[in-house]
Amino acid sequence: MAKYLLLKHYRGAPAAVNDVPMDRWTPEEISAHMKYMNDFAARLEKTGEFVDGQALAPEGEWVRYDGEGRPPVTDGPFAETKDLIAGWMIIDVDTKERAVALAGELSAAPGAGGEPIHEWLEVRPFLTEPPTITE
Amino acid sequence: MDEALLRSLTPGVLTVLVRRGADFAAAEDAVQDALVEALRVWPDGRPRDARGWLVTVAWRKFLDATRADTARRGREGRVEEEPAPGPAPGVDDTLQLYFLCAHPSLTPASAVALTLRAVGGLTTRQIAQAYLVPEATMAQRISRAKRTVSGVRLDRPGDVATVLRVLYLVFNEGYSGDVDLAAEAIRLTRQLAARIDHPEVAGLLALMLLHHARRAARTAFDGSLVPLAEQDRGRWDTAAIAEGIGILQAALARDRLGEFQAQAAIAALHADAPTAEETDWVQIVEWYDELVRLTDSPVVRLNRAVAVGQADGPQAGLAALADLDAALPRHTAVAAYLHERAGDLTKAAQLYAEAAHKAPDLAERAHLTRQAARLNARRHPRHSPPEA
Repeated sequence: MAKYLLLKHYRGAPAAVNDVPMDRWTPEEISAHMKYMNDFAARLEKTGEFVDGQALAPEGEWVRYDGEGRPPVTDGPFAETKDLIAGWMIIDVDTKERAVALAGELSAAPGAGGEPIHEWLEVRPFLTEPPTITE
Repeated sequence: MDEALLRSLTPGVLTVLVRRGADFAAAEDAVQDALVEALRVWPDGRPRDARGWLVTVAWRKFLDATRADTARRGREGRVEEEPAPGPAPGVDDTLQLYFLCAHPSLTPASAVALTLRAVGGLTTRQIAQAYLVPEATMAQRISRAKRTVSGVRLDRPGDVATVLRVLYLVFNEGYSGDVDLAAEAIRLTRQLAARIDHPEVAGLLALMLLHHARRAARTAFDGSLVPLAEQDRGRWDTAAIAEGIGILQAALARDRLGEFQAQAAIAALHADAPTAEETDWVQIVEWYDELVRLTDSPVVRLNRAVAVGQADGPQAGLAALADLDAALPRHTAVAAYLHERAGDLTKAAQLYAEAAHKAPDLAERAHLTRQAARLNARRHPRHSPPEA
């Protein structure tokens, strides 16, 4: 088994095919989208491949250490040019092919007009623990 | 297997161990071990004297742990095999447990976790699942909390207000995992109300019951939020409403108003209205005025603006809103709603979309996005098909 991160972006990913902002969908289309996402996660729980799924708020800030006894420096909110992560799903699957197939399914979630969004998702393998047997 | 019975016995068993001379942290660990043991073996046959069984097993766990600890330190065992005679029971130790677990030296998250475990009888795993953190993290949070209160003696009355804040947090922080935290908060508040005569305890219990009564109607079949005005009132739990209103009226008759009673009064006015249109908004505004006086909270002022919008019209609501800090959580959502009622759909749609962007949870974000979508769809009937 290998873990993969399926990463969804607010900004920074190539444009989706069906690229209409959600507030321009109909309320029914929004419901259909939500249902698709929930069903997808529920199905992966059933197959024993779901690990975690989280959504992030679109606003945040940069923070860094500024030396002993000083409060951290903050910079934000994020500039409009910044690549912005919207959320993720972590899956634990047998092969990379399976991870890619699942990301493809997730990207088919319906959007405006009930048509698949064809959204670009990032698929990233986790770096694992070293194996016990090395030779 | 009656898990509810098991949980209701927990605080009593814990206080027996403490009365026998065990320190709180060790006693609490031992009771937790006994609970886990009960969850394992009771399904095959519950002991006739459930409480006695728990006390015996917990005391044995305590002795085992203490002996192991003593042995580790290479000292002779000093622990008495037989329990030391404690002070006569009768003082309400369970009440003192509430105070200890909500001690002001604890952070809210720690107080919540400790209360759920020591008073509520939940296992660390259940609490961890409910708050979506790893079990090891929750175990550490609880043991740190116990170290923090280790110097506090169990014999002094604490502050009821801190206990109520903890119970309110348990109720309000949603629920996941296999434990219904809202129901658990009600159980703990009911147990507290039976032990202490305090109008605000009654007020919080009433508030919880009145909100819990609407729970089934609050979510649509697809999981989306249903706002109060659109809820199917036939799905409200009338027994819980009646109980909540009864408790509230008895509390209000004591004439010692507090914020939970005032909040419950507002919930009761909603519960009383056969339809959303028949809601007594004028009285609700009056209760918000009381709440502002009691708490001076900006969040209360924001909710008051919504009520004013209903009682005196959207322009009055917008005027009330204008006095408030626009950075307040949900300020934008309230502004969107009031602008929609005032007829400015363009502005409302734009504000709903902005509010969705700032929403603190997924359900609310989806709800606000739907509101924006609904208005946009009305303003521009079906957009042209997206370019592929």
